[in-house]
Amino acid sequence: MGDETIRGRVWKFGDHVDTDLIIPATYLDTTDPERLGRHAMEGADPQFAANVRRGDVIVAGANFGCGSSREHAPLALSGAGVACVAAESFARIFFRNAINLGLPVFEAPGIHGAASQGDVLEIDPARREIRNVTTGAAVPFSPYPGFIQSIIAAGGLIPLVRLRLGEGRFHESV
Amino acid sequence: MGATVTEKILAAHCGGKSVEPGGFINASVDLMMANDVTAPQAIREFLRTGAARVRDPGKIVLISDHFTPNRNVASAQQVKLVREFAAGQGIEHFYDVGRTGVCHVIVPEEGYVSPGDLVIGADSHTCTYGALGAFATGVGGTDMAAAWATGEIWLRVPETIRVVYHGEPGEWVGGKDIILETIARMGVDGARYRALEFTGDAVARLSIYDRFTIANMAIEAGAKNGVFEADEKTLEYLRGRTGRKPVIFASDPDAAFADTVEIEVAALTPRVACPSLPENVKPVDELEDVRLDQVFIGSCTNGWLSDLRAAARVLKGKRVHAGVRLIVIPPSPAIYLRALKEGLIETFIEAGGAVGSPTCGPCLGGHMGVLAEGETALATTNRNFVGRMGHPGSFVYLSGPAVAAASAVTGRITHPGRVCGR
Ligand code: SF4
Repeated sequence: MGDETIRGRVWKFGDHVDTDLIIPATYLDTTDPERLGRHAMEGADPQFAANVRRGDVIVAGANFGCGSSREHAPLALSGAGVACVAAESFARIFFRNAINLGLPVFEAPGIHGAASQGDVLEIDPARREIRNVTTGAAVPFSPYPGFIQSIIAAGGLIPLVRLRLGEGRFHESV
Repeated sequence: MGATVTEKILAAHCGGKSVEPGGFINASVDLMMANDVTAPQAIREFLRTGAARVRDPGKIVLISDHFTPNRNVASAQQVKLVREFAAGQGIEHFYDVGRTGVCHVIVPEEGYVSPGDLVIGADSHTCTYGALGAFATGVGGTDMAAAWATGEIWLRVPETIRVVYHGEPGEWVGGKDIILETIARMGVDGARYRALEFTGDAVARLSIYDRFTIANMAIEAGAKNGVFEADEKTLEYLRGRTGRKPVIFASDPDAAFADTVEIEVAALTPRVACPSLPENVKPVDELEDVRLDQVFIGSCTNGWLSDLRAAARVLKGKRVHAGVRLIVIPPSPAIYLRALKEGLIETFIEAGGAVGSPTCGPCLGGHMGVLAEGETALATTNRNFVGRMGHPGSFVYLSGPAVAAASAVTGRITHPGRVCGR
């Protein structure tokens, strides 16, 4: 998740979309994103996985991803082709997992009211703005703290760890 | 300015420098736990770090619990991967069938956590260990992999919300009722990104198991961790389990709290969380029309020996309602054995309940009691999300063990006092 603008069609969900809705526990016996993707959002919308197109975006209300620590949740969304999630707010473990795995997530208060199912959004990291191409509305989002930006710039936590282990400097403070 | 328990533990794990809420730190980790659902993902990511070996195998605990004993070929493959990784990396604390149980019960029981520790677990209910005065938080598999490789975790230092419990809980009120009331007050994201510190005069009266139940559900208010100050009861629980010296932190009188929530526990009656969020809490008496198909007693929330005793006390000499399937799963071999010796297991079976070997099982709709469409369950677990225990069209209510047992007898959600003639 770098500086490129993301453009995609909206799938809209409400508040407190939990990890059991994103990927029901019965599918946790694999970590393969593609297999998980076939059941993405099944608990919230059984038609989602069949109809989502690569590059679509999810818009949600407050506390998206609450519940379990399962990384199967961001993996299932990536596996289904979801380009990013923009929400009023995120649950903390989901937020960490998405950042660590490189699924773009944008905390953008006001986004839920500014987007409808099927609208086209443009997320512009350089201008820190989400534009609704369909309606013309625009919602700003706050930048990530510096430490999180360094994870994103490296392409996720594991590439960052790789880099730092290679340089023998992981054990310095952030 | 003073510091809270959480801030002090975090400061002690990043070189003793003081930490500010909102700041980011790299902290050293004392214990890293993963289970059969999250360890495979952590292993996958670990292999991408380029590290040949985990940094400290002695600090890693791997526990098979969610789909254990394996429910199908896919889960058997997952555990095989974990078993082989443990052997290859010299990780001795790997818990397999026969020795294993629900991770958040096994970890404290086996003495892996001491007050003052910093623990991460690839499971959201890792916050349970805050009951022992530790900082414990849930992370994903990628964080776990990074910690295995480096011994550290990146954390944002949370602001602390103080939850103050006053008074003496009544006869049928336990940790579950107290934490459900707390979540009802705060909402499921009321403590998002924050620490909860449980305090007040009522805490000294709460057993360590009530504290485990309360800390277990801190995540259901969105919290990063939930912590109790360690006291005599903590030390008594640790006796014989660990030889490590506890490091006991207390919040300073001038510590800054983001908020304070006060709850009078003496005024509480048994509480039940209704579908499909843990904040959706009502007094048990308002729910006596709810018919049940299944009752589950177990899990990392309310499967402790004290919980099984509370359930058996209600079920003794009674029969489970003909329309209800009662499933009881002691969450560890040690608890199972004690329950057996005390005659609790006999009570459950005589009443018409099914008793299973230690596993998470039905708590997450994995196996051992999955719900069909339209069915309703009452469970002593911690989550009642849509589809949590099976079909997305099934319904889950949450309660403590005495309410669960009483409800199994009547087939409807019931105050235990009614069944026990009080
Ligand atoms: S018992 Fe339930 S909540 Fe606890 S670890 Fe297992 S699945 Fe998670």
